[in-house]
Amino acid sequence: MPDQTHHHQATAPVEKRVDAIQEAFHERGMEPENFIREFKHLAEEEWVPENGARVVAKAWTDPAFRERLFANGREAVTELGLSMPPHHRHLVVLENTPKVHNVICCTLCSCTAFSIIGLPPDWYKDLEYRARVVRQSRTVLKEMGLELPADMEIRVWDTTADTRYMVLPVRPAGTEGWSEEKLAGLVTKDAMIGVSRL
Amino acid sequence: MDGMHDLGGKHGFGRVRYSLRAQTFHEPWEKRVNALYSLAVKLGIFNMDEYRHAIERMEPRHYLSASYYERSLTSLATLCVEKGILTQEELERRAGGAFPLSSPSAPGRGNVATRQPLQVGDKVTVKTDYVPGHVRMPGYIRGKSGVVVGVSPPYPFPDAHGHGVEAEDEPTYDVRFDSRDLWSDSADAAFVHVGVFESYLERAK
Repeated sequence: MPDQTHHHQATAPVEKRVDAIQEAFHERGMEPENFIREFKHLAEEEWVPENGARVVAKAWTDPAFRERLFANGREAVTELGLSMPPHHRHLVVLENTPKVHNVICCTLCSCTAFSIIGLPPDWYKDLEYRARVVRQSRTVLKEMGLELPADMEIRVWDTTADTRYMVLPVRPAGTEGWSEEKLAGLVTKDAMIGVSRL
Repeated sequence: MDGMHDLGGKHGFGRVRYSLRAQTFHEPWEKRVNALYSLAVKLGIFNMDEYRHAIERMEPRHYLSASYYERSLTSLATLCVEKGILTQEELERRAGGAFPLSSPSAPGRGNVATRQPLQVGDKVTVKTDYVPGHVRMPGYIRGKSGVVVGVSPPYPFPDAHGHGVEAEDEPTYDVRFDSRDLWSDSADAAFVHVGVFESYLERAK
């Protein structure tokens, strides 16, 4: 990494730089340790893809819920005890069909509906995915293991504002009569981002 | 700003390092960074648009070489210094080495006076604006035309909100572009949808 500072000393290791801010916050009475603990709990236990999986399973089994989800995703997910941060004012649910495939990305940063589909995976935040998926969607999906039929329409959604998106996958064949819980077990974060189909 | 962060459609990047059940975090310090900037937002030290803009203002070589969480860290530190919470000297003394920060910001702007409400089905063109401050219009749609397929509730206008400029909230429109209109025959066939603020759009002529 280039040294952009005025005194030309070597850049401190990144972990030391994190320590520096945390110590400075601590000294100013901002209690970063408590918040870090709280954040770890949210990241590990609360913002998990199992939330979105429950939403998908309910949409597969409850047509009225499915309509409410399309009409106002943010409000509909509260029926399952889920919520989104205040600045995510809108959740748009994108329906895959046998002829249409949706995939989400964020070319400018790395936004997702993280409280519903889980925090974004490493590759979603990488320069490669951000640069390429909008322009080479079919190629990138194929490289990631999803080869789509030539006649399937691809819809890419670039999360450039505070509207959040999630993909509603097609319900797999042979799951008739399954419980919501069992269906939810089939749904992955990758399927809700749209880099895989179930 | 037409910064290094505006990656959509750039050539030269290789394969995505995809793995099944990929992780969000790899090192414990990454969670601390994420928590610390969230704490700063919660305490009202800065908002998410300022946070994003301070990442965009990173020196381009630093931006490209830094990991996602190092970019978060650099934004957090830059804003804490700019807001007078910390000094770069204190950070460097505590870290025991240089602590690179982002470059200074250009001025922000308010809502565009000519903006007008749009509806699903409207044909629109993205204005050919060149904004020196924060903007959420990816360069690949500048001057391009598409169709409105969705309307969001009003949001803070990032070009203003990222700079502490007063402005009205405005809706974003999900605009559907044909990839061939964006990159001619040098793209895979697809519809590309972008959330575009009202100020960035005009009715297609």
